[in-house]
Amino acid sequence: MSTDPKEFPAADSHTGQREIDPVTGYDTTGHEWGGIKELNTPFPRIALIALVLTVAYSLVSWVLLPAWPIGRDYTRGLLGLDQGQVAIERYRDLASTREEWLSRFETPDFATLSEDAALMATAMPAAARLFRDNCAVCHGETGSGGIEFPVLNDNHWLWGGEPDMIAETLRVGINSSHPDSRLAQMPSFDWMDRTDRVALARYVAKLPEGDAATDDPGADLFAQNCAACHGEGGVGGMLNGAPSLADGAVIYGQDVHTVMNTLRSGRQGVMPSWIGRLSEAEINLLALYVMRLQDRGGGGQS
Amino acid sequence: MTDTLTLEERRIALCLSVALAFLGLIMAAAAQRGVMALHGGMAIAVGLALAFIVGGSMYSNIEPGRDRLTHYYDAPIKFGIIMTLVWAVVGMGVGVWLAALMFWPEATPLWPATSYGRLRPVHTSGVIFGFGGNALIATSFYVLQRTTRARLAGAISPWFVLIGYNLFCLWAATGYLMGSTQSKEYAEPEWYADIWLVVVWLTYFTLYIRTLMRRVEPHIYVANWYYLAFILVVAILHIVNNIAIPVSWTHAESFPVWAGVQDAMIQWWYGHNAVAFFLTAGFLGMLYYFLPVRAQRPIWSYRLSILSFWGIVFFYMWAGSHHLHYTALPYWVQTLGMTFSVMLLVPSWASAGNAIATLNGAWHKVRDDATLRFMFVAAVFYGLSTFEGSFLAIRPVNSLSHYTDWTVGHVHSGTLGWVAMIVFGAIYTLVPKLSGREHMAWPQAVEWHFWLAIAGTLIYVVSLWNAGITQGLMWRAYDENGALSYSFIETVEAMLPYYAARTLGGALFLAGAILCALNCRVTMRTAAERVDATDRPLALQPAE
Repeated sequence: MSTDPKEFPAADSHTGQREIDPVTGYDTTGHEWGGIKELNTPFPRIALIALVLTVAYSLVSWVLLPAWPIGRDYTRGLLGLDQGQVAIERYRDLASTREEWLSRFETPDFATLSEDAALMATAMPAAARLFRDNCAVCHGETGSGGIEFPVLNDNHWLWGGEPDMIAETLRVGINSSHPDSRLAQMPSFDWMDRTDRVALARYVAKLPEGDAATDDPGADLFAQNCAACHGEGGVGGMLNGAPSLADGAVIYGQDVHTVMNTLRSGRQGVMPSWIGRLSEAEINLLALYVMRLQDRGGGGQS
Repeated sequence: MTDTLTLEERRIALCLSVALAFLGLIMAAAAQRGVMALHGGMAIAVGLALAFIVGGSMYSNIEPGRDRLTHYYDAPIKFGIIMTLVWAVVGMGVGVWLAALMFWPEATPLWPATSYGRLRPVHTSGVIFGFGGNALIATSFYVLQRTTRARLAGAISPWFVLIGYNLFCLWAATGYLMGSTQSKEYAEPEWYADIWLVVVWLTYFTLYIRTLMRRVEPHIYVANWYYLAFILVVAILHIVNNIAIPVSWTHAESFPVWAGVQDAMIQWWYGHNAVAFFLTAGFLGMLYYFLPVRAQRPIWSYRLSILSFWGIVFFYMWAGSHHLHYTALPYWVQTLGMTFSVMLLVPSWASAGNAIATLNGAWHKVRDDATLRFMFVAAVFYGLSTFEGSFLAIRPVNSLSHYTDWTVGHVHSGTLGWVAMIVFGAIYTLVPKLSGREHMAWPQAVEWHFWLAIAGTLIYVVSLWNAGITQGLMWRAYDENGALSYSFIETVEAMLPYYAARTLGGALFLAGAILCALNCRVTMRTAAERVDATDRPLALQPAE
């Protein structure tokens, strides 16, 4: 291309001058596309400076950090950083702070642990967060349970409310895949006459109110079929996963309709085993936390 | 739509319509049931409808004369704009609904098709491909003709591109509702839809090149560089990321050939360059044409245009790995992604600055003309969101922002503030021209739309900045005993006010888009005869 200004596009062939934009005072490049023109503005200095700065930032980063591939290897960078290593170190730093107090929960001496007020003040807020992250999705944020999921902040227990019992439930789960899982199944009573089932259901529905008559036609049926697990009069407390039917606590509901459904189809609730997901110390910590939930009667975080 | 076609062209169009219906029949017959069969049925319906429209016109003797070559070919552009607005309302409407579900998840209807997971890609594809894609194709046809001073090099192919592209969008959106997805973000449609898009896209590319070769202006205007980069690179990205092996030719399901961290890297190389070449390069083409035309000012710096173009094209290609910071992706790839993202800032700001400096001498127009104000705001948000993008790509910053709603806020500052604003600016410039009018039918509604859009964008973006930073800080907070300070559910609960605000912001933006669609409808329906004598091809082209 010619460098003679007189031969530039749209230049005046005598003077070599091009159209000047009256606002900015710059000349145009001489091209036009359907009415659009471009100014022949010099390259702004600030753009050059910015370009140099960002390139410098990149060069420094490339020198310091792993950056460019070379064959089957890559440039390691002067800082010698390895992201896996860094992550592990930072995790260890955090974990070591935590282990200072959490390691005390590795021995399940719950009575001693409970008495250490300073330890409890540190541990219980952490336990509350553990509970919310792991347990609350089924049992509710305050352990208030819900349909199909047992209440944890009352005094009614399926497998015992002592911390060591709770810890065992956390470890092995209920009807879980753990080999030592606690097992509990409410069988189906669909073989029973419907009239009998109705009588039984009516009787069970009345149990919590305490006004179930002993001459109730359901009473005999209950004694023959249910008392083995649920206890005489349905008082429960046999630590076999069968709930008490005589108190106000319910899992699936204790109205006639729900009990009829339970009798027809049976029940088999599942609680997973937490081994592998939570450490032994965390399980013991949670056990103590859950035990204390019942004292607070719905209190969550301290 | 058939008036501008000769009888010969109508015959070809009829053959193509029947071929589409036949293709649909093969798909439906082969698959027999499921998504693919239903999509075959849709192709049959579209093919038959077109066959009836074109076939009916065979008996009409109204044929365009040779003088059609003295006009630009604007009929397909009008269709593209209509589809842009239809998809805007659909895509943004679904977006607002999903935003409301974040606040009120219990409102999710019971049907699988209306679950959050299936609707979410309907929103993203609806706005990116439906709204953005149609706007890009339609305006590219407009800008290409005006800046080359040549008529489009084909009578049927522009229609093929637009209708074919919208069939792809329809397949995509309805497929998601039925649970059909490749599970690759922004590349969800299954293999047959992907192959169909390749055919459409190559037609588009060929049409673009052929028209450029007819240009009367010796130089190619910068807007066309950007549009061409958009077309070419999107083709490459789409093909590489979607290479997959169908389970069988009669099923919608497929397996990608990429696996593990390579698959992740390919996906985000695609994903980020979709942002670069779909949501940036093409819309820069739009900006470089419509802003100077509306402001009636020359582009401020030719040199900045060059720096910006080559900088964006070169640097963006490397930046995708910043989506995978702190993952199984090797550290060195992350460093490269981070540094190239930072260097990308300068060419990005070169375009934003060039656009704003172009307005020197036209600031009174920015004040008075809502259409130009849309484009000015677009340039400002382009600058803001590209700065934010480079910033978020820095690894330690990313450790705070990643997986939070800050990312979502960043994307929306780009898509609402930049992409949608420039589209609306272009639409308000172009629709009166296509309708032979000087102004939109309701000029005051443009002003309303502007304030709805800017208010919606600001509320949306600011609330998600707050949401994201709050979330990031809560997730990483440990107390002095080394235990997490917050349970996860507490970080979710903390989002409630921001989710409410973002729903409001989105609703305002949607209201503006609906207003725009109605305004365009009225404008197109009350078309006048105003002709701009200079708005025509410079030279007669030989008959096709």
